Amino acid sequence: MGKTLAEKLWDSHVVRSAEGVPDLLYIDMHLVHEVTSPQAFEGLRLAGRTVRRPDLTLATEDHNVPTERIELPIADPVSRTQVETLRKNCAEFGVRLYPMGNLEQGIVHVIGPQLGITQPGMTIVCGDSHTSTHGAFGALAFGIGTSQVEHVLASQTLPMDPPKTMAVTVDGDLPEGVTPKDVILAVIAKTGTGGGQGYMVEYRGTTFEQMSMEGRMTVCNMSIEWGARAGMVAPDETTFAYLKGRPHAPSGPEWDQAVAYWRSLRTDDDAVFDAEVSLDATTLTPFVTWGTNPGQGAPLSGSVPDPAAFDDESDRVAAENALAYMGLSAGTRLRDIEVDTVFVGSCTNGRIEDLRAVAGVIKGRRVADGVRMLVVPGSMRVRAQAEAEGLDAIFAAAGAEWRSAGCSMCLGMNPDQLAPGERSASTSNRNFEGRQGKGGRTHLVSPLVAAATAVTGHLASPADL
Amino acid sequence: MDKFTVHTGQAMPLRRSNVDTDQIIPAVYLKRVSRTGFEDGLFAAWRANEPDFVLNQDRFARATILVAGPDFGIGSSREHAVWALLDYGFKAVISPRFGDIFRGNALKAGLLAVVLDEKIVQRLWDDIGDDPTTPVTVDLVERQVRWHGEVHAFELDDYTRWRLLEGLDDIGLTLQHSDDIAAYEAERKPWLPATANSLT
Repeated sequence: MGKTLAEKLWDSHVVRSAEGVPDLLYIDMHLVHEVTSPQAFEGLRLAGRTVRRPDLTLATEDHNVPTERIELPIADPVSRTQVETLRKNCAEFGVRLYPMGNLEQGIVHVIGPQLGITQPGMTIVCGDSHTSTHGAFGALAFGIGTSQVEHVLASQTLPMDPPKTMAVTVDGDLPEGVTPKDVILAVIAKTGTGGGQGYMVEYRGTTFEQMSMEGRMTVCNMSIEWGARAGMVAPDETTFAYLKGRPHAPSGPEWDQAVAYWRSLRTDDDAVFDAEVSLDATTLTPFVTWGTNPGQGAPLSGSVPDPAAFDDESDRVAAENALAYMGLSAGTRLRDIEVDTVFVGSCTNGRIEDLRAVAGVIKGRRVADGVRMLVVPGSMRVRAQAEAEGLDAIFAAAGAEWRSAGCSMCLGMNPDQLAPGERSASTSNRNFEGRQGKGGRTHLVSPLVAAATAVTGHLASPADL
Repeated sequence: MDKFTVHTGQAMPLRRSNVDTDQIIPAVYLKRVSRTGFEDGLFAAWRANEPDFVLNQDRFARATILVAGPDFGIGSSREHAVWALLDYGFKAVISPRFGDIFRGNALKAGLLAVVLDEKIVQRLWDDIGDDPTTPVTVDLVERQVRWHGEVHAFELDDYTRWRLLEGLDDIGLTLQHSDDIAAYEAERKPWLPATANSLT
């Protein structure tokens, strides 16, 4: 029987396997940021251990950094401590770091791919649950906890049991105005926040074959939101074209060898998945969340649901609590929901194609009165490219704020936050209570919906303009 | 890491499902660089906003076992969620289903994550709600949860069970196989990316 992509990736990285113990998996690249690493480095120090492979480790500053006036020291003392601790640790242990102000700095899951460090066939880990993003390249990429970060630093391996495999097949052309973000929000609404638990998921079908690398990254990024251990797309010509010529991609004869190997990673025709889910792309429409977890979403054309309509008792209670927190009433049309903040950015939708999509909608228009719009590029390279294309001028002319790179308003760990009661349309990945700031209310949307929402002041799609 | 064999204590009912790690420990606490002292961050928003929140109730003040609804620990990978629970004094968490990363983090750190069916959790909630002094036993040796004459088995793989019973550290166990790691490294594909070893 043939193997799936996920199984090929797993099997090619087993250092040691024995009866009754987890497999020991080799890690090809360990990405590090300032939030989940301090205690890991401290643990190494206390145990008298060192980083086994600094050359397979890369660090950046993203969660805590401000996105404006970045030439100044970080004002918040605790954020400053975390960032300084990372700098000290990287210097002490010999780990390459791209700090705030460096051209290569950015959100960890944006800089890996743009540097060509994320490649097919690799295992990639990071102390961050959105590490699944790198699976878009046909890599086995997943988030780990701080103790596991310490384990990888010390040994460049992780003991793990192989998860099961699931295929999510989406076929058909995406209708006008429907983006990869809408695809993954629709998948999560269908499966619920626990539907992928215990699985490595492969996204398959013509919709993904036609999707750009950045679109695939958006989808893989949110795999964790429905509980999947990892999400991936098989490498193909689109992948190779993206990688060719990038700083860390192979070149010369090694390029040809690598591509030949990468082509062999596709799921075999006779492989069998443990579970399968499918969606018809042609039925999809712009999707938004109304509640307080990424599974509580609905088509923008719909309304806030009535909790009483949920069959499952815990879904019903969860919906009631969500509506109370979000200050919404059942039956309200989603298009009637007014926002005061629009956030474009994050590891989900902070890349150049996302910024182009927003600029395309907002060009020649103005951000509505009473709405604050933040546009935060996922990396300083993305920022430079956007400026070279004149996108920053479009954002400024519309009255949006153009920022430097970082996780920004995705999570309330840096100055970019919602005040209590504020309501955002956000291209990020989580709408949990308080995620963007204490008492903040988040609606997850695609970049196109974010842009149209900024112009009208209520949830909207470009078709409404 | 402390050994976990058999623990008997008070259980606290957290009658909520989909408790994500942002609720267990808000992001602001992730800024700390130490490994201890996270108890004040545990469920900080709910504790501050809801006077009747279960952690604020005196009658559950001595609880060492948390009993929660399904999908406990979903969301962010923050291991600080586990540290907050351990620092607060919990030795075990029971739920019908855990977020994967949270469950992995918990078992790594010695916080026993026990999966019990929703109906059993409901009965446990009712019993400890009626009588908060009910002693609840989490027995890793037998893989059982017991209270009031009720006995319920839970699953945990043999390896993790052994590691927790012995209080063993994962890294030490792995480094015993350094030779295997070196042998694997010698065979890796030559084109795989590497970073330089210095600050740019």
